[in-house]
Amino acid sequence: MPVRELADKKIWQRRTTRMQFAAWFGWLLGVAIFVYCWRLISEKTIWFFVQDAPQQAADMAERMVPPKWSYMEQLWIPVWDTINIATLGTLIAIIIAVPVAFCAARNTTPSRTLVRPVALFIIVSSRSINSLIWALMLVTLIGPGVLAGVIAIGLRSIGFCAKLLYEAIEEIDHSQVEAIIATGARRSQQLSFGIVPQILPAFAGISVFRWDINIRESTVLGLVGAGGIGLQLDASISTLAWTQVSLILLVILATVIVSEWVSARIRHAII
Amino acid sequence: MLRIENLEKFYPTGDHALKSVHLEIPQGQVLALIGPSGAGKSTLIRCVNRLVEPTSGSVFLGDLELTHLGSSDLRHARSRMGMIFQEYALVERLSVMENVLSGRLGYVGFWRSFFRQFPQSDIDEAFELLERVGLDHMADKRADELSGGQRQRVGICRALIQNPDLLLVDEPTASLDPKTSRQIMRLICELCEERQLAAIINIHDVLLAQMFARRIVGLQHGTIVYDGPPEDLNPQVLTQIYGEEDWEATIEKVKDEDQELDSELVDNVTKLKPVS
Repeated sequence: MPVRELADKKIWQRRTTRMQFAAWFGWLLGVAIFVYCWRLISEKTIWFFVQDAPQQAADMAERMVPPKWSYMEQLWIPVWDTINIATLGTLIAIIIAVPVAFCAARNTTPSRTLVRPVALFIIVSSRSINSLIWALMLVTLIGPGVLAGVIAIGLRSIGFCAKLLYEAIEEIDHSQVEAIIATGARRSQQLSFGIVPQILPAFAGISVFRWDINIRESTVLGLVGAGGIGLQLDASISTLAWTQVSLILLVILATVIVSEWVSARIRHAII
Repeated sequence: MLRIENLEKFYPTGDHALKSVHLEIPQGQVLALIGPSGAGKSTLIRCVNRLVEPTSGSVFLGDLELTHLGSSDLRHARSRMGMIFQEYALVERLSVMENVLSGRLGYVGFWRSFFRQFPQSDIDEAFELLERVGLDHMADKRADELSGGQRQRVGICRALIQNPDLLLVDEPTASLDPKTSRQIMRLICELCEERQLAAIINIHDVLLAQMFARRIVGLQHGTIVYDGPPEDLNPQVLTQIYGEEDWEATIEKVKDEDQELDSELVDNVTKLKPVS
């Protein structure tokens, strides 16, 4: 009991003595595991290499400057491709995610025993595989190029969008839907008048947020041959053209900043 | 107009919410349903339009039995019953106009409603109703910009544009201040009179019920324990409905406030005269 009586006064504590000990023991255990893991990693690290890391980094930085600005004319098209991969991929994902989300939400699913588990499985399987791995598989299936990247981004984003959207659907205010039902509206009208207005802000936020993430993800897809600026990055690194690498990194940075700015503006305008 | 026979409702949790309820409401009658929270008031009116499925018994709207209707017949029957809610239940992110027009969904096809192509007659009716409740200048506002009293007026318009035979009103004043509560109750009762509508008004405020309804039904633990005019509500009856409490004060107060209200009405009328 957190409340004890001591000399006619009631003393309140957050935890009982036993819970207090349990909490301390929990912390002790956590620290012990942390120390053990630290030692394990330390044993498997070749400290000789780590020791000269600062010199190596300084050396690489030296070789990276100045960026080879003239290389930029070869980068415009890959940057354009990267943005297109992200945008088209997000679009595909949204188109598929909306019906999946409605099937997965407890309050809108046509069947909780049949349809909902299928929808949840689609969401989980899409989320559990990274877009780089999707791209790797798709490049072997449909060959290298932008199309593989678009589909990889799309497949990865379905789960993300559908999961957030179905949570938004489950959190709607049911009384508003009830009022629409009471007017004698059919199911499609209950959806468009009672539910859609309530989830529209969430929907817009999720789409723009995912587009923003996808811009960043699509910059690396080229590493496995799925188009975009990653292709140039891969080529530059393997030919040790460090001045090109630094330019590419700067371009990626600029693209991400612009996309963040755009998505912040859009979200602000809609919500 | 509405006849409820032998209505029973068991919730899956085992609550016996309604116990063999009989109730008959003629056309044009406004009935106040009073009772403590959990007495089954809300369940009773929701069993009428089947937002809650009754366990057994029958409900007749005119000659139409409602409890066994299939989904499309049920939709049609629901469009004949307007409902007004406690927390207004407006679709917050839609405009006032869209909220009012949503009362016509039972009469308009999906695509027309999706593209907001409602018939001009519905739009005329919506403007008339908004004007009647004094909100025609708000038609373009979003519902969440309105105050509580204004929202409930929009809720009333949405129910009335259905052109219903019956109004189901669930605690219309529970979230409103005393003055707005009276205005809303007066508005509902006036509109019912104008249109010869029958109405069941769930209300936990005994004073308001006595002030505005000509018939009071008391519900306690799912059973009707009182059915009669407001004048016959006495401490014994109230004790039976709500349990032991000093009821004398409540009843006295109602009499005072009735007079007050009358003089208030007279004031309003005299104020209006020079304008007209």
